[in-house]
Amino acid sequence: MASKDIKPRVRIPKKVKKGQVFEVKTLVTHLMESGQRPDKDTGKKVARDIINSFSATYNGKTVMKADWHPGLSANPFAAFYVVAEDSGTMEFKWVDDAGTSYTKKVNVNVVSE
Amino acid sequence: MSLGTAKPKNIRRRDFIKLAGTGTLAISAIPLPAHSTPVSTIAAIEKLIGPKAPQDDKVHIILPEIAENGGTVPLKISVDSPMTAEDHVTAIHMFADENPLPDVASFYFGPHNGKAFVSIRLRLAKTQNVVAIAETSDGKAYIGRKKIKVTIGGCGG
Repeated sequence: MASKDIKPRVRIPKKVKKGQVFEVKTLVTHLMESGQRPDKDTGKKVARDIINSFSATYNGKTVMKADWHPGLSANPFAAFYVVAEDSGTMEFKWVDDAGTSYTKKVNVNVVSE
Repeated sequence: MSLGTAKPKNIRRRDFIKLAGTGTLAISAIPLPAHSTPVSTIAAIEKLIGPKAPQDDKVHIILPEIAENGGTVPLKISVDSPMTAEDHVTAIHMFADENPLPDVASFYFGPHNGKAFVSIRLRLAKTQNVVAIAETSDGKAYIGRKKIKVTIGGCGG
């Protein structure tokens, strides 16, 4: 799959308070070819091509790591929670079977009140 | 679904019944509290968490009762845990026990997550149980399972 087709999206709250547990929602466009589906013309199984690993860091510290298998749907969605510490960046990385990685950065805005 | 794709499915079902009849599908001796969990799923679970006997509480699975489209089914898993440095969930593993490949995903947590919760969308081949295993920092494992009816399978078969 050409990398230009892949569009990672991440959504977090605009502002969070220090210590707040906030939700991180991620979505990446990817076919997640399971390796189980037969080709319509040849009848042979289409080769597997999925995103097999996902990770997220918050100011350089890993806050989520995941191994993914063919049981995930196409355009895989993942949501989880993180405790807000300081303002900074979260970086997200998806790696597929071909070894291509897709990344996304978002800014975390921690407010004092 | 067209008739063309429905046909091989029936054959496979037939084969399955034959296998079951001749006793080729052996029941595993592993003492998991997994009443009807297929052997392949038990093997996949053991591969990830080792020979622990998971306990039956703490893991909550939120899943629709019926999925019309098995291609994308929303799944939420939460685990009762204070998520402190001393006592937190380290991993949540998910399995779809009747899928051709039962592994779905493994997510790794720490106290920085605040809540032991994950939400994903999965593929389901047919009506089956979704199984979630949580591992905690004290070395214990917890299991949760929920049945879901699938109208149209999502594995392309």
